[in-house]
Amino acid sequence: MAEFKEAPADAPLVQKVMTWTQNRFPTAFDAYKVHMSEYYAPKNFNFWYFFGSLAMLVLVIQIVTGIFLVMHYKPDAALAFASVEYIMRDVPWGWLVRYMHSTGASAFFIVVYLHMYRGLIYGSYRKPRELVWVFGCAIFLCLMAEAFMGYLLPWGQMSYWGAQVIVNLFAAIPFVGPDLALLIRGDYVVSDATLNRFFSFHVIAVPLVLLGLVVAHIFALHDVGSNNPDGIEIKAKKDASGKPLDGIPFHPYYTVHDIFGVAVFLIVFSAILFFAPEFGGYFLEYNNFIPADPLKTPAHIAPVWYFTPYYSMLRAITSEMMYALIACVLAGAVLGVLKAKIAGAFKGAIVIAALVLVALMLAIDAKFWGVVVMGGAVIILFFLPWLDFSPVKSIRYRPGWHKIVYGVFVVNFLILGYLGVQPPSPIGERVSQVGTLFYFGFFLLMPWWSRLGEFKPVPERVTFAAH
Amino acid sequence: MSDSSVDSGKRTWLIASGCAGAVGAGFAAVPFVASFQPSERARAAGAAVEVDIAALKPGEKVTVEWRGKPVWIIRRTPEQLATLAKVDAQLADPKSARKPDELTPPYARNEGRSIKPELLVVVGICSHLGCSPSDKFQPGAQPSLPDDWAGGFLCPCHGSTFDMAGRVYKNKPAPDNLEVPPHMYLSDTRLLIGEDKKA
Repeated sequence: MAEFKEAPADAPLVQKVMTWTQNRFPTAFDAYKVHMSEYYAPKNFNFWYFFGSLAMLVLVIQIVTGIFLVMHYKPDAALAFASVEYIMRDVPWGWLVRYMHSTGASAFFIVVYLHMYRGLIYGSYRKPRELVWVFGCAIFLCLMAEAFMGYLLPWGQMSYWGAQVIVNLFAAIPFVGPDLALLIRGDYVVSDATLNRFFSFHVIAVPLVLLGLVVAHIFALHDVGSNNPDGIEIKAKKDASGKPLDGIPFHPYYTVHDIFGVAVFLIVFSAILFFAPEFGGYFLEYNNFIPADPLKTPAHIAPVWYFTPYYSMLRAITSEMMYALIACVLAGAVLGVLKAKIAGAFKGAIVIAALVLVALMLAIDAKFWGVVVMGGAVIILFFLPWLDFSPVKSIRYRPGWHKIVYGVFVVNFLILGYLGVQPPSPIGERVSQVGTLFYFGFFLLMPWWSRLGEFKPVPERVTFAAH
Repeated sequence: MSDSSVDSGKRTWLIASGCAGAVGAGFAAVPFVASFQPSERARAAGAAVEVDIAALKPGEKVTVEWRGKPVWIIRRTPEQLATLAKVDAQLADPKSARKPDELTPPYARNEGRSIKPELLVVVGICSHLGCSPSDKFQPGAQPSLPDDWAGGFLCPCHGSTFDMAGRVYKNKPAPDNLEVPPHMYLSDTRLLIGEDKKA
């Protein structure tokens, strides 16, 4: 505990109040220093670094608008759809709050995808920031759960049948699947019980976890310090007083800087909010303006755009595709045995594991493996810090062809997203199968390809021109 | 605190009481997890449904709700019945041999999967991910269907196709045929869905 300080008798009232508070709650003052005034962030941040603070802004928008929506919404299968329309038509300004929340959901994913891409290209997940990345991936998972359960609440046709399909994915798990799906739904079909529990998860359980993870994400970041577009550790070069030479205090420099980003973001956000809140059926699907009908599936059902890349991967796993995947597993095992520099016992284990996996792949039907692939596509992100072996962090100093690989990865992700919106077609199926293999190849082969090529020398100090 | 030695007796009891606490927490979790199960009311809602099919004309379908699921009753035309045997080779399970106890009651284990040949009673829920397939009774080429389409059902979600007896075609995401619910005829025009004679 710190010493008790006394403000001079003639000090201004403000100083006396501050001293009084500091004596009783020093934690707040320390936190202000650690996270704001004495948190040194690299001075060479570019526009990619806006998206972290924008994600915080959208989180606040979602929480505030969510609180107000709950005041009018009824989590009851008989009343839910009408209560959302009531918010839209009869509650004063209800339409604005509701559109802020629905547009906010899509904005959240746009901002978070860009934030993750920033981490990907600048190697922000590399040592010592592995946990920052892992917490971030967990936030992404929570966000997906939050979006999925929130989408059921308006109780429209897409809400209902989307939930029906996703919950039934769990039923594909051998042995426990059907009981697990029953446990999630709380009924034999998606029903009032499901709506009620999703409401509970959406408004309280998942947000609590999400907030905890956001705190962990930021604390871990502030412990190790931010990465930057050059991928240089600014803590390696410090001045006489121990401050990083290439760092500037977060407050006021980046707080002011981020306010500019917030202003630009809010311009775009408001434009969508006021002029295209449904965004052509991508942010709010047209079929969701029809009340849920358990007896009739809409002619074309697709998840909201932010889930479609993963949905494409789910659809790509057909019984034919299983043979391609089995070939991949066998090729992986052969490569592991021939190339990996590990003990013979491990190689034996690889062979046995591969054979067991192939046997399971033949025994359990493709539906289950589709679920595994879809889940794996998200889970694999957690392992990124241990897959990348490139000697430099930032894309800036990697070989030119690495940039092409990252470019193809992004284009591939967008194509998968596009196909996920479209109705199933034979060509789309083939393209999404190739896309799925590329997506996993990008990550699983990273330990190999990330070390190849001519790397450029990394400078001692960050690239920065005063402006 | 001294770092010289650990009181191993105390340490043992700390571990033991920690384990006891964990077991207690596990027991405390049981009622919460169990509350996720379907309620007594949801379980009771599975009562049988009676349907009058006197007005159902050949080629028509009615949908009734049983246990929250759509149940289709279709009076098939002679032409539709004639297609059933022809498509056998293209089906994944033409004889309804898979999971017979869940999907096909004994009285429906025949070519038409029905008690009366013309009257098909199936749960209209795709065995893939639970969407409700759409009617595609019209034979011939059309979007998302093969050119030699014989008439049946198409699932809009992932493109699984079923014939006029709810049997799934090969190489489709859906692994199984549509479920034939337990049902029985109370009279020529009255059908009871959800119960059969043995029950």
